[in-house]
Amino acid sequence: MAKVTLTIDGRKVEAERGMTVLEAARLAGINIPTLCYLENLNAIGACRVCVVEVKGAKALQASCVLPVAEGMEVWTNSRAVRASRRTTVELLLSDHPTECTTCIRNGTCELQALAESLGIRRVRFEGEKHGGVPDESSPSIVRDNAKCVLCRRCVAVCEKVQSVKAIGPQERGFETAIAPPFELPLADSVCVNCGQCTLVCPTGALHEHDDSELVWAALADPGKHVVVQTAPATRVTVGEMFGMPPGSVVTGKMVAALRRLGFDRVFDTDFTADLTIIEEGYELVHRLQEGGVLPMITSCSPGWIKFIETFFPDMLPNLSTCKSPQQMFGALAKTYYARKVGIDPADIFVVSIMPCTAKKFEARRPEMTDSGYPDIDAVLTTRELGRMLKEAGVVFDALPEEPYDDPLGVSTGAGAIFGATGGVMEAALRTAYEVVTGKTLPALDFQSVRGMEGIKEATVNLDGTELRVVVAHTLGNARKVLEAVRVDPGRYHFIEIMACPGGCIGGGGQPIPTTDEIRKKRIEAIYRVDRDMPLRKSHDNPVIKVLYQEFLGEPNSHKAHELLHTHYQPRYQYAQL
Amino acid sequence: MGKASLEVTRGAAACGCAARTAAGNAREASPQDMARVREIISRLRDRTAPLLPILQAIQKEMGWISEEAMVEVAEALGMHPSQVYGVTTFYTLFATGPKGKHVIRVCASAPCHVPGAGAVLEALKKALGVEVGETTPDGKFTLELTSCIGVCGVAPAIMIDDQVYGNLKPADIGAILARY
Amino acid sequence: MLYRAHVLVCNGTNCSLKASPEIQKEFSRLLPEYGLDKEVKVVETGCFGLCEYGPTVVVFPDGTFYSGVKVSDVREIVSEHLYKGRVVKRLLYQVPPAAKPVQVYPEVDYFRHQVRVVLRNCGFIDPESIEEYIARGGYQALGKALTAMTPAQVVEEIKASGLRGRGGAGFPTGLKWQFAARADGSGPKYVVCNADEGEPGTFKDRLILEGDPHAVLEGMALAGYAVGAHQGYVYIRGEYVLSIERLERAIAQAREMGLLGKNILGSGFDFDVEIRLGAGAYVCGEETALFESLEGGRGEPRIKPPYPTDAGLFGRPTVINNVETLANVPVIIERGASWFRTLGTQKTPGTKVFTLTGDIVNAGLIEVPMGITLREIIYNIGGGIPNGRQFKLAQTGGTSGGVIPPELLDVPMDYDSLAAHGSALGSGALLIIDDSHCIVDVAKSFSFFFLHESCGKCTPCREGTLQLHRIMERISRGEATRTDLENMKALAQAMYVAPLCPLGQTAPLPLMSTFRWFESEYLAHVVGKTCPAGVCPVDGTAARAAAGCAAREV
Repeated sequence: MAKVTLTIDGRKVEAERGMTVLEAARLAGINIPTLCYLENLNAIGACRVCVVEVKGAKALQASCVLPVAEGMEVWTNSRAVRASRRTTVELLLSDHPTECTTCIRNGTCELQALAESLGIRRVRFEGEKHGGVPDESSPSIVRDNAKCVLCRRCVAVCEKVQSVKAIGPQERGFETAIAPPFELPLADSVCVNCGQCTLVCPTGALHEHDDSELVWAALADPGKHVVVQTAPATRVTVGEMFGMPPGSVVTGKMVAALRRLGFDRVFDTDFTADLTIIEEGYELVHRLQEGGVLPMITSCSPGWIKFIETFFPDMLPNLSTCKSPQQMFGALAKTYYARKVGIDPADIFVVSIMPCTAKKFEARRPEMTDSGYPDIDAVLTTRELGRMLKEAGVVFDALPEEPYDDPLGVSTGAGAIFGATGGVMEAALRTAYEVVTGKTLPALDFQSVRGMEGIKEATVNLDGTELRVVVAHTLGNARKVLEAVRVDPGRYHFIEIMACPGGCIGGGGQPIPTTDEIRKKRIEAIYRVDRDMPLRKSHDNPVIKVLYQEFLGEPNSHKAHELLHTHYQPRYQYAQL
Repeated sequence: MGKASLEVTRGAAACGCAARTAAGNAREASPQDMARVREIISRLRDRTAPLLPILQAIQKEMGWISEEAMVEVAEALGMHPSQVYGVTTFYTLFATGPKGKHVIRVCASAPCHVPGAGAVLEALKKALGVEVGETTPDGKFTLELTSCIGVCGVAPAIMIDDQVYGNLKPADIGAILARY
Repeated sequence: MLYRAHVLVCNGTNCSLKASPEIQKEFSRLLPEYGLDKEVKVVETGCFGLCEYGPTVVVFPDGTFYSGVKVSDVREIVSEHLYKGRVVKRLLYQVPPAAKPVQVYPEVDYFRHQVRVVLRNCGFIDPESIEEYIARGGYQALGKALTAMTPAQVVEEIKASGLRGRGGAGFPTGLKWQFAARADGSGPKYVVCNADEGEPGTFKDRLILEGDPHAVLEGMALAGYAVGAHQGYVYIRGEYVLSIERLERAIAQAREMGLLGKNILGSGFDFDVEIRLGAGAYVCGEETALFESLEGGRGEPRIKPPYPTDAGLFGRPTVINNVETLANVPVIIERGASWFRTLGTQKTPGTKVFTLTGDIVNAGLIEVPMGITLREIIYNIGGGIPNGRQFKLAQTGGTSGGVIPPELLDVPMDYDSLAAHGSALGSGALLIIDDSHCIVDVAKSFSFFFLHESCGKCTPCREGTLQLHRIMERISRGEATRTDLENMKALAQAMYVAPLCPLGQTAPLPLMSTFRWFESEYLAHVVGKTCPAGVCPVDGTAARAAAGCAAREV
């Protein structure tokens, strides 16, 4: 890379050609505030917060989109720059509800932080506010356009990363709004509820639908037996809600914390992740041996499910019929577990702690009542759990490490890695290899399906049989893989898809911020959890064996199908028209 | 200035005017002739960057662009409806709901304002009995504001559909409306 | 066929609104009655310029100029002038009414001070006839370039002429072409004619396209040859119905004659032009917003760099020029850069087309050498201020320009002189305002314009244009305080430099310019709670009465 030298605030700075002034300044230890900019996602120069003065230019320039040039002279903190920046932020605040104390993003809001760092104590401008009433139609995501600063990060993530394009800019000028088309409520749009927009929204304009009140009510109800399950990815992220560094493994503390909140039993979604591997593994083997529809595609990620229903309905037969681990857990909790402990399933209240906003939508699907009740009663994201623990005064850091309850708390490392992209594939391969070959797997780690690369292909030798697999995360990459399969259906046997970047550790319900760097640390932590588990293959899970003996019979049995499998239906993109 | 006008939307909300709601209802009540929309699409889809020409043709031939039409256009061009809707609502010459048989656009820019566009607008409001952004009860006229239409040589000016009327005085309005 | 006389009936939009098509029909009906249909030809022309006194009729060869002609006057012109050779004196241009009537158009003050380069054919040819354009030397420049000049020589000639963009920014055209010519040639390049004329008070591009569409097409073809582009687009306002029609016909004619399309004039050079219509967005006049719109998107401006000559339309090197700029090109190639430099000023050679509107006797389209003073335009060409009123201010460059008060009437009209006084030459719009108007009321129409036309992408423009307009409304209603004025000034300072594109950067300019020259009138509203011109509802009663449906006043 060719180097250029420029002057920033009077200091000579060396930068690579092609870099922006913002990047060069940050490398040189000069912080230029930003709002609409988000690394690797959104650089559109729209908010005008990152403006700098450039010698020879009449107007200020947005540093996030300004390429460095040899000999360029830049001031990031001149009087004109400060005056402009301050006016711009005041203008944003003039059109923003001043309800910070009751806002869901109080303390994590970037506009709040910006106003604080610029020392804005008074807003000179007042005027009408845009936005109107919040759209709470979706069980997953609330859209509160009054708080929207039109940074368009959500549009970028929905379009560029997820290829969903549920929302976009419409109207113009002061009337500009980011919304689904045709004034549709979000619930009636093609939104797949992945919640990536809530991770990138700098304010409270897009946030998870908060269900904590439902859970508080159940916990306070003496007639309810309240059980909770924790998704694989949550154990490596909840700590971030309490200032712990990304990548902290807090499984035991999280279990203890949930007990402090008053849950009657603390169980683990990793248990049903193991169960999913058995059911899905046998389904794959069956399809391979009996000439079923191939490639088979995983079905754990509810954002992905709505995506395929909406955009690739013709490929629904490729989807594994397995419910997701969350839903398998609910179905078992209100049948197998209820019978085992002798509690009327009507009195059991099942809560999920999930890294995911789409899980809220999944729990409300009509398909998810095979126990005779709603299999899941409430879904909380990692963020909601963090806030509940704060409200309850739980000092997370100081908690002891506690184990999960029996029996639905027993799991293997294969269940844990469900939280990262490639994890379901790796867990499935560990089991499929041994089921198909009858031999013990020599090396457990399938490095080729791990990591942040968007589409990872691998070929696995199952004792002479070549299994061609591919792993994709983000729906944009999922779209690419599906389009490739449409052209060449024989290209793969088995496909893992997770809707969110990095997999569930990067889910839409995870702590803010969630950046690629943070995702990598969470992934490393997930594999540490796996490494440190005594059992690392799903079919070695002793409780799973008991479950089949006592209740389900055998993998893919009639009973298993009744409770643990389902079929999804095509959705029309704009069915109401 | 119609749909994008701050004044109009906010004014309507403030005084409970029913313009927007009425348009909303009508929008669902009158599905467009999709065969014509498809014909327009097939006629223009092979042009370079065909979206605007297609929307312009639909607007011209049908008077407005329905949601069904936008979905159809999006599918034909491999775009998403949210993109087509975003483009449609950006431009003032596109209508996303039905309007009156004739659309009256009153220029509100300075060269028309100075020689008395305000009085002409008042005369139109009085003659039609509607406010800006509204349609007469008989569905004949919709009254809108517009930015400069480039006939400042004969200011103040209005456009009724494609026809320009210039050098207007409030007294001229009656005779002009009588032509429609 | 040879004719003894030609009758030119102006059919520009402004005249056609006053029944010029009927006048033309009446001539065609009456000429045979007098046995003159073989001797006299009626020609429907584009705008002649003196729109205020339209419809205009000019009889050649003598050049007799009739203004304010009605259908009922046609018989007299035919029977007296064309049949008997006696000029119809009562229809001659006579302004003010007591003045001596002027018989031939070059002697009318309005035309006497003009130098017509861009408008060389407007009003003199039938714009629907390519033959008439060719008969007046049309397409000779293209022929000369294709046969006797290299593309680099064409670029050099335009550079040497000192031609600057007539859309408002005044960027040297030759330099722009040079950048595009040298840009990456691995794929297509484009020539775009910016005919999205939205600046309030500007209608020159419309009248050029209506009156002489081939001149623009020839300019585009020359640009294409110079930079190596084979496709041109004209992006024109959807409202310009007649211009679009004329342009469509002109393109078809040029293609038919091999002046557009493949292998133009057998030279091996291919160039074609397609028309694209705007859909109602002032911001699309900004070049990168225009590209977005032409590509089928929301007309939101792009970040620069990259500049259009590197990555413009469809991401390819693009020359984008204004209509008037392109109409200058064929004459420069034909007559040479040194001839062009004899017109106008050293820094801004050539002429400028202005559109005169507002409180002026001769409203219309004029073309004068760069550097002429505002006083000359208003009083010599424009005929001064009507109704015995006094000149109060002129807004130059349209709504995004500044204002010129009486004490600056002798400012030369060119890019740099006007900029030095905080105004702009811009698109050439000249809005003349007399002393019956209130500065606050006028400025409020400026702020409303920007509020309505902001695209909404960047914060300072989206939110700032709203704040500016709300402050202007408060001043107008007598509700503003001195703090409002301070805030407006501070906001303006930030808006000059903070927004993403020129629309937002310009929005505060007209307001601040009125404030600079008419501060006392602002203070009368803010402090004295009076409107000296008696226009604004400062006492609050009118405002409250109108508040029933919020701020609907224009």
